[in-house]
Amino acid sequence: MADGDKQALAEFRAEIADWIDRTAPPEIRDRDFSEDDICWGGKRFVFASDGQKAWMEACAERGLTAPMWPTEYGGAGLTRAQDKIFKEELDRLRVKKPLDSFGLWMLGPALLAFGTEDQKKHFLPQITRGEIRWCQGYSEPGAGSDLASVQTWAEDKGDHWVVNGSKIWTSYADKADWIFALIRTDRDAPKHKGISFMLIDMESEGVSTKPIKLISGKSPFCETFFTNVKVPKDYDGLSSIVGEENRGWDVAKHLLTHEREMIGGGGSGLTGGRSVGTVLADEGQSDPVILSRAMKLEVDSIAMALTLDRYKDLAKQGGVGNASAMLKYYGTELNKDRFELLMSAGGSEALKWESDAHGTLAPEWLRTKANSIEGGTSEVMLEILSKRVLELPAR
Amino acid sequence: MTTLVATEDEVMLRDAAHGYLDGAAPVRNLRENREAGRGFDPKVWAEMVEMGWAGVLVPEDQGGSDMGFAAANILAEEMGRTLVSSPFLSTAVIAATALRKAGRDASRIASGEAIYALAVDEGPKFDPDGCALRAEAAGNGFKLSGAKTFVAEGMSADRVLVLARAHAGLTLFDLDARAAGLSREKMDLVDSRDHADLTFDDVEATGEDVVGEVGDGMGALAPALRAGQAAVSAELLGLSAGAFGMTTDYLKERKQFGVVIGTFQALQHRAAHLFSEIEVTTSAVMNAGRMLDEAPDEAELAVSLAKARASETAGLAVREGVQMHGGIGMTDEYDMGFYMKRARVAAEWLGDYGYHAARVARARGMVA
Repeated sequence: MADGDKQALAEFRAEIADWIDRTAPPEIRDRDFSEDDICWGGKRFVFASDGQKAWMEACAERGLTAPMWPTEYGGAGLTRAQDKIFKEELDRLRVKKPLDSFGLWMLGPALLAFGTEDQKKHFLPQITRGEIRWCQGYSEPGAGSDLASVQTWAEDKGDHWVVNGSKIWTSYADKADWIFALIRTDRDAPKHKGISFMLIDMESEGVSTKPIKLISGKSPFCETFFTNVKVPKDYDGLSSIVGEENRGWDVAKHLLTHEREMIGGGGSGLTGGRSVGTVLADEGQSDPVILSRAMKLEVDSIAMALTLDRYKDLAKQGGVGNASAMLKYYGTELNKDRFELLMSAGGSEALKWESDAHGTLAPEWLRTKANSIEGGTSEVMLEILSKRVLELPAR
Repeated sequence: MTTLVATEDEVMLRDAAHGYLDGAAPVRNLRENREAGRGFDPKVWAEMVEMGWAGVLVPEDQGGSDMGFAAANILAEEMGRTLVSSPFLSTAVIAATALRKAGRDASRIASGEAIYALAVDEGPKFDPDGCALRAEAAGNGFKLSGAKTFVAEGMSADRVLVLARAHAGLTLFDLDARAAGLSREKMDLVDSRDHADLTFDDVEATGEDVVGEVGDGMGALAPALRAGQAAVSAELLGLSAGAFGMTTDYLKERKQFGVVIGTFQALQHRAAHLFSEIEVTTSAVMNAGRMLDEAPDEAELAVSLAKARASETAGLAVREGVQMHGGIGMTDEYDMGFYMKRARVAAEWLGDYGYHAARVARARGMVA
C-alpha cells in the first residue's frame, strides 16, 4: 500500500473516531450489548431508548448505516478499508452498530446487484434510514433444505398477481413492514426456472403471521401465510419483481452466498466484540481444560476472521463461488463451539434464563444451535463443497 | 495492510516454483535421497541457488534476490507440496534473517557457498529460553560446552548458529561446523532428512563469532525464529495441500463395492471438512508472511497463529490421507507415508501446536 493511502486512512480513522466519540449517545456505548440492543428500524419498531434512535438517525444522515453502499442510495460510499476502520473504531469505543436489518444484509445487496435504477432509488434509502423493516420469505413448510421446491404460487391476473401459500422460518415476519419472497410464477417450468423474487407489502390483505416459539424461549421466526394476496405488478411504476420474472433463483443464489458469508462471520457481536479468551481471562478462569479449549477456539477464531477478510478480497477479484459454503460451515460450527465453551465456563450461573453475570447467555447459547441449520445446514454446505468444489462424483 | 490475496508477482513466483519442483523434485526424489542416505539432493539445492532462492532474504548488494518473507513462504509452501528436502529453511530463511538482523554479511548464503544449521533445542521440546549450553569467557573469547539436539541440516552444514548462555545472558554464535571440539552425530528421524545431535566440548569462539550483541542473542534470533516458524508453517500448508490432492484424486478413481469410493457421503463430508481446514490455515499462513514483511515487530501473534494452525491441519490431512487410502496408505511403497512422517517432524520443529497456541493466548491476554 502506498504511503499516501496509509496517510489518508490514518486521517480517516482519526476523523471518524472523533465523530463517533462526539456523536454516540451514552445509552448505546461503554457496555456489553445483548440482543435487546439491536436496532432493527421499521414503521413499528419501538426504540430501546432515545439514544438508540438518535444514533441511528445521526449515522443515517452520514450514510453510515450502510457504510459501503453508494451515496446516491443512502450509503456512505466507503471503501472496504474505510468500512473496516469504521467498525474497528466502533468496537474500540464500545459503541453499538446503528442499524441491523434484513434490508441491509440481504435485500439491499440483491437490489444493488439485480434491481432497476428506480427500485434502488426508492427502496435503498428507506432501508438506510431505518424506515422500512424487511423480512425474508424463502423456506416453506416441509421443504427443509430443498429450497427450490417452492410451492407458494402467484397466479398471473394481468396487472397483478394473486399469491397463495405459506412460508416458514421467516425471521421477525410479525414485526416486518415488507417481505422479499421466492414465489413460483411458472408452475410448468423446471423447479429452478419458474421462481420469481417478489416484493410484497406485509399490510396487504390476506397476509398473516404466526410466531414459532423456539427452544431458546424466544420467537424470532414465524410462519407467514398468503391467502389470495393481491400483489400489483408495479407499485407506481416500480416493478414488484427483482431481476427477471421466473429468474428469481439467480437472485436467491446470489443472496444465499451473501447470507452464508454473513452468518459465517457472525457471533463475535454477542460477546460485545470481545474474544472468548478475553471474556474468560476477565472472569479469572483457571480450569486447565476450559483454558485449553479456549486457546484452540481463539486460534481458530482469529484464523477464521482472517479467512473472511481474504474471501472478501477474493470476491472483489471475481468471486469465490461455491467455496463460500466453507465460510458458512466453519463459521457457524465455530460459533456453536464458542457458546458451548462460554456455558461451561459460566457454570450454574450461566444456566439461568437471565443472569446478572452473563446476561442472556443461556437463550443465546440455545439460539446458536440454529446457526448450522438456517441458510443451509452444515451438511448441505459439505455437500456443496464436496460436489461443486472438490468435484467428487455423485452416486 | 496489503490484502490476503496473492499479487501478480506472487502468482508468477508460485507458478515458476511449482513448475520447477514438479519436474526436478517430486516425492520420488525424497525416496531416492533416503535410499542414498543423504538428507537432500545437492543438485536440486544448486539449482535453487541458481534461481535466487537461497538469497530470497539476502540484500541485493550481497548477491541476494531480497524478495521478502511472503515470497520465502511461497517457496517453502511449494516445497512442502512434494516434500522437497533442502537447506532452504535453516539457511535461506533462518540464518539469512539472523545475519541480516545483526548487520552481518550473508553473501555466502546467497551464493550457495555456505549451508547453515540452527542449534537451539536441548531437550525434546522447543524451549529457547531454557538454553543451558554454556559460553564461558576465555581470554578474549569464549569456550562453549554443552549439547544440542534436533539440529536440521546438522550433518551437512558448513556453519552452525548456536544459542549459548554467557555470563551476560543468551548469546548467538556463528561457528564453523568443523570447529575443534564440536562433534556431530546423525539423528535418525522418521522423515529421513538431515538432523543431528551436536556436542560442544570447549569449542573456542571469538568476539567476531558473536551474532549481534553478547547477552542479546535473541535480538537476532527472535526475528530469525519467527521467519523460520512462518516458513515451516508454509511448508506444512503445502504438505497438507499435497496430501489432500493425492487423497481426492484417489477418491475419484478407487473402486469398492462396484463404485468409486468418492461417491460415499461419509468420505465426501470428511474431505469437505479438510478442505475447510486447509482454507482457514491458508489465511493464517498468508497473514504471517504479510506481517513479517510489513510490521515485523508485531508479527509474533500472526506467526504463532500460522504455526499452530498449520501443524494441526497437516496432522489432519495426513491422518485422513492414510485412512482414506486404506491399506495401500500404510505401505512404504506408496508416498502418503512420507507426508505423514514429515508432517509430524515439521509440526514439532520450532515449537509445536501447544507452544504456539499458548503464545497466541498470551498475546491475547488470556493467560499470564
